Amino acid sequence: MLKFTAEHEWLKLEDGIATVGITSHAAEQLGDLVFVELPEVGAILTKDGNAATVESVKAASDVYCPLDGEVTEVNQAIVDDPSIVNSDPQGAGWFFKLKLKTASDADALLDEAAYQELIA
Amino acid sequence: MDDQTVLKTTPLHALHLSLGARMVPFAGYDMPVQYPAGVLKEHLHTRTAAGLFDVSHMGQVVIRAKSGAYEDAALALETLVPVDILGLKPGRQRYGFFTDDNGGILDDLMITNRGDHLFVVVNASCKDADLAHLQAHLTNCDVELLEDRALIALQGPRAEGALAALWPDVTSMKFMDVRDASLHDVDCIVSRSGYSGEDGFEISVPADQAEQIAKALLEDLHCQPIGLGARDSLRLEAGLCLYGNDIDTTTSPIEAALEWAIQKPRRAGGVRAGGFPGADRILNELANGATRRRVGLKPEGKAPVRAHAELYADAEGRTELGEVTSGTFGPSVEGPVAMGYVPTRFAEPGCQIFAEVRGKYLSLTVSALPFITPTYKR
Repeated sequence: MLKFTAEHEWLKLEDGIATVGITSHAAEQLGDLVFVELPEVGAILTKDGNAATVESVKAASDVYCPLDGEVTEVNQAIVDDPSIVNSDPQGAGWFFKLKLKTASDADALLDEAAYQELIA
Repeated sequence: MDDQTVLKTTPLHALHLSLGARMVPFAGYDMPVQYPAGVLKEHLHTRTAAGLFDVSHMGQVVIRAKSGAYEDAALALETLVPVDILGLKPGRQRYGFFTDDNGGILDDLMITNRGDHLFVVVNASCKDADLAHLQAHLTNCDVELLEDRALIALQGPRAEGALAALWPDVTSMKFMDVRDASLHDVDCIVSRSGYSGEDGFEISVPADQAEQIAKALLEDLHCQPIGLGARDSLRLEAGLCLYGNDIDTTTSPIEAALEWAIQKPRRAGGVRAGGFPGADRILNELANGATRRRVGLKPEGKAPVRAHAELYADAEGRTELGEVTSGTFGPSVEGPVAMGYVPTRFAEPGCQIFAEVRGKYLSLTVSALPFITPTYKR
């Protein structure tokens, strides 16, 4: 199941684990990324708290945590090569995996159609 | 009414839109921050080929003495800038700055001897204030802001070739030369200068012909349009100051490490020593040094350290030194680059200091500027 937030994150939900990244729209708006900072594995994050930082040549931007949970894995590949986020934001450019505190919290997030309407 | 309606536009505005630029407000103008290629590619393209920049938002000003004599205009402007303008040869250009009574910098500018008058280019954000300043103080001169001209910068190793297709004589120009040129029968003023650290040109064009000239230059396959985003990263790698960030009324020219722009005739013991606003402080700092200096800063690691990051002598944030005034990722350096002010005893290249970024203290090395090797045609 794919969900979205108004802060331009996407979540792919499987068995209570959410793979989180930024949307194609967000990646395009940010422009070429040159730096990514990810949370530590094991970090307990809260909804709307700061989860990661991305920087383009122009500016730094925060990536917020879409739901409460614990970080189980991070994508070191985008730290080593931030351009992956631009080239494949909703695939190889994922940021981190979050074990959701309450899996049903995801139900309240936007579905793809609602997100597309938001950015239209 | 949205913000767009109050922004001014340059004569190349329609061209930017047709090229797919992302537009942003800058100094009251709707300007291209990047084109579809993006900031990274635009930056690197300028260093390896040629980039075309719209800098028409900048102020182009003619200063003409009522007497008609260049010398009178030069001496008048020397009362506002600590630069040798009388000694500037016809067809030559020099960097300078307006100083205030406290020795701070009101704006930086390029100054050209055009034979019987001066032609100066000032920053967009300061041009109204500069014009008022000039008109108030240069009472023996006519000062005119040229509203009917665009300014196109063409920068990079392929810039000469792109311009030569329109005007073959360009090859005989040297860095900081300024000439009249007929580009496809359009009367232009071409200077061999710019703000990228690369060889290149700034071309003053009549507004109604600007799009035609820009399109003709872009016909060169090596020439691509470049936005303000890459202009900023290019100038920062080249160690060049952005007015409002790296220099302003709180920074003196010596603090800003711009003393190279103050020629001998205006220094203590020179034939026209002093005689500009803030001369006491500036001449004193030339003789005895300033307490702080603008320096290059090379952050360790990959994280950019941005403007206003606080600088410390230690990794615990105990002894504050100053702050970063410009910082980004340098695409040609392939790493973060920054400039900022530190006490003079920390201004030696190799000195290790720290910057606070998101609650962490990152290590930076004070570095010589520029970060790249300029390719000016001297």
